Amino acid sequence: MSDDKLERTERALDFSGIQAPEELLRMKRATPARIGIGHVGARYKTAAALRFGADHAAANDAAFSEVPEDIPARLGFFSVQTLCRDKAEMITRPDLGRYFDEEQKARILSSCRYAPDVQIYCGDGLCAPSIAANIPDLYPAIRDELVFRGISVGTPFFVRYCRVNTARVIGPLLNAEVVCVLIGERPGLLTSESMSAYIAYRPHPDMQENAYTVVSNISRFGTPPVEAAAYIASLIGEILEKKKSGLSLKQNEE
Amino acid sequence: MIRRTTLLGHTYTFGSVKEILAKASERKSGDQLAGVGAESDLERAAAKIVLSDLTVGDLRENPSVPYETDFVTRIIQDDLDKDVYEAIRRQTIAELREWILAPETSSEMILRVSRGLTSEAISAVSKLMGNLDLIYAGKKMRITATCNTTIGEPGVLASRLQPNHPTDDPTGIAASLLEGLSYGVGDAVLGVNPAIDTVDSTLAVWQALNEIKDRYEIPTQTCVLSHITTQMNAVLKGGKADLCFQSLAGSQKACEAFGVTPDLLAEAKDLFLREGSAKGPNVMYFETGQGSELSSSAHYDADQVTMECRCYGLARHYQPFLVNTVVGFMGPEYVYDAKQLTRAGLEDVFNGHLHGLPMGCDVCYTNHMPTDQNDAEALAVLLADAGCHYFMGVPQGDDVMLMYQSTGFHDIAALREITGKRPIREFEDWLTRRGIWEDGRLGRNAGDPTRFFDDGRPGGTI
Repeated sequence: MSDDKLERTERALDFSGIQAPEELLRMKRATPARIGIGHVGARYKTAAALRFGADHAAANDAAFSEVPEDIPARLGFFSVQTLCRDKAEMITRPDLGRYFDEEQKARILSSCRYAPDVQIYCGDGLCAPSIAANIPDLYPAIRDELVFRGISVGTPFFVRYCRVNTARVIGPLLNAEVVCVLIGERPGLLTSESMSAYIAYRPHPDMQENAYTVVSNISRFGTPPVEAAAYIASLIGEILEKKKSGLSLKQNEE
Repeated sequence: MIRRTTLLGHTYTFGSVKEILAKASERKSGDQLAGVGAESDLERAAAKIVLSDLTVGDLRENPSVPYETDFVTRIIQDDLDKDVYEAIRRQTIAELREWILAPETSSEMILRVSRGLTSEAISAVSKLMGNLDLIYAGKKMRITATCNTTIGEPGVLASRLQPNHPTDDPTGIAASLLEGLSYGVGDAVLGVNPAIDTVDSTLAVWQALNEIKDRYEIPTQTCVLSHITTQMNAVLKGGKADLCFQSLAGSQKACEAFGVTPDLLAEAKDLFLREGSAKGPNVMYFETGQGSELSSSAHYDADQVTMECRCYGLARHYQPFLVNTVVGFMGPEYVYDAKQLTRAGLEDVFNGHLHGLPMGCDVCYTNHMPTDQNDAEALAVLLADAGCHYFMGVPQGDDVMLMYQSTGFHDIAALREITGKRPIREFEDWLTRRGIWEDGRLGRNAGDPTRFFDDGRPGGTI
C-alpha cells in the first residue's frame, strides 16, 4: 500500500499526546483504516473530519457514475444492457438489473461461444470505475490460467446496469457449466474501485443465493487483481471438478 | 374482523391481514419494490385505522407465511406463552399501543405480555407508533443478557469494536482493535467480519482477538462473524471464541438462502455452550436487517418491518447475548434515504426490545444512498435515548472491508458523554484503571493505543 490513497489517510495522522509516535506510524501502516487521527474531546480533529468528507464525496460519485462508452471496446468486450434504463433505476430496481430484453439476449447468443466450460463476463454493478481499474489485469490472467489447465472459456462481454443475478439468465442462455461474474462492489471511502467475482455451477433462475462462491475486495487496496485471478482460476477448477459451488462446495471440503 | 374503512368519503377495503400490515407501514423503497406498500398516504392512513381495530388474536391467526411450510412461523407460534396469549387475545392493537405507552405499565409487565405476542402482532403495534412513541416506549424497557459480562443494565451504552481489515491481516486487525480500546470501545464484543470465510482464517482471527483480550485482561467477549458452519468447524479444530454469530432472516426460504436451519442454530448454540470460552448462558450473536427476505425473493408479499420482526421471533428462541439490525446496509432499494433510515432504525430497535431481545443497531449507510454521516449521527442520538443496547465502533465510522460507513470510536464516546451513559461496569473499571475513561468521559490516556505496549505485546499479532 504505497500509493496516493494511503498518503491521503496518513495526512490525517495526529501525534499530539501520543507516547510512542513511531509505534503509531507502524500500526497505521498495517491497515488502511482511519486510526491514529487524534481527538478533540470526543470529536474528530478538523483535518480528519475534512478528509472523511472528501472521501465520502468521491465514493458517492463512483456509485452514481457510468462506465464510459469506449471502455468495454478497449478491453476487447462487446456491450449489452439489462432492462434498467438508467443508473437511478439500476439502484432502486435490482429486479430489472438481472434481466435482458429479447434483442440483448439474441446479441449475447450470436456473439458468444456456446456451451463453454466457463463463461466469464463483467458488469458495472455499483462501481463503474472498478472496470477500468481491475479488468485489464484480472480478466486475461484468469483466462490464461484456465486455458493452461485445458478449460474452455466463453466469449467475454460487458453488461451495463448489471446485477450479480444476471448469472441466472446468462448460464442457461449460453449453456455454460460455470459462470463467473466480475462486478463492481459498493464503493467504500478508500476503495472506490473494488470488484468481486461471483462464481456459480450451472446457475439457474431458482438457484439459492448461497450457491455463489464469492471472492470480494479485489482492488489494489485489497487483493490485487493478479493475485485474485490465480485464486479465482483455481476455484473455478475446483467447482468444475466437484460440480458444485457456494455453500455446498464448502461443506464438501470441511 | 373488519377489513374496511371510509376516509374522507373514500372507502378502503383490504384483502388480508398481511395486506393491512404492509399498507399500514411507513414508506420504504423495499415495500414499493415488492409492490406491497400503500399506493398513497391516504391509503396508508386508512390501513393504520383498520389495523388499530384488529386484535392480538387476529394477528396470531394470520401469520405472514403458513405454519405448515415455514419453520420461522412454527418457532414463533410454538414458543408463544399460551396463558399470556389467552389473556390478551381480544385486545385491539390500538389498546395494546396505549397499554405499552401508559406510565403505570412497567418493563416487567411489557416483557411478560410480549411472550404472548407473535412477531406479526409486534410489527402491528409499531406501525401505530410515531418515532417519538418508539423512543418513549423503548426507553423504559430493560433487557439484560449475560455472556462473560452483562449487557443492558440501566444507564449503560455498550459498543461492538469492529476492527475489520480488507485481507484479515492480524496485525492490521490488532492496530484498529487497540485504537478502539483506547477510545473505550469494545464492551459488547470484539467482533471481526472476515473478508475470507474459511476455518483457517477464522482460527487466525480468533487467536488475534484472544491474545489481546488475554494479554490486557479485558472483560468482554470475542467473535468472528464468519458463517455459522465455519465457526463450528473452527471449534471442532480446537479454536476458542465467546460468541457464535449468524445472520438471520424472517422466513424459512430466506434462512435457507443464508444456509441456516433451526437444527443448525441449536447445534451451534450447544457446541459453544460446551466448547466455547464464554461463561454464558447467552452465547449467540445475531444480525438482521430490513430487506434481506425480499433480496432472496422469500418475503411472501409481507412488508419488510413484519419480516424483520419475524427474525426477532426466531432469534429469541436461542436467547442471544446480542442482536443488531444492520439498518442501512442493504442499500437504497430497501431503505432509501435518511428519513427511511431513521424510521427503520427506531422500528427495529423497538421491535427487537418488544421481543425481549438485547437490541443494538449498526447505524450505517452505503455510498449509493443519498445519505451521509450527519444522518447516521442524528439517528444514533435518537437510538441512544431509545434504550438501544449498543452501537458499532469502527475507525472514524469507515469500514475498510465491508465498504460502508457506521458509527465511529469517537461517536461512542460522544454519545455516552451526551446522554450520561457509561460502558458495561467491569469494562468501565478496566478503562478507568488505564486512564481511558474518567469522570464520565474520555480520560487522559484516551486515543493513544501505543500505551498498551507498556504492558507488553500480544504474541505474534503486533
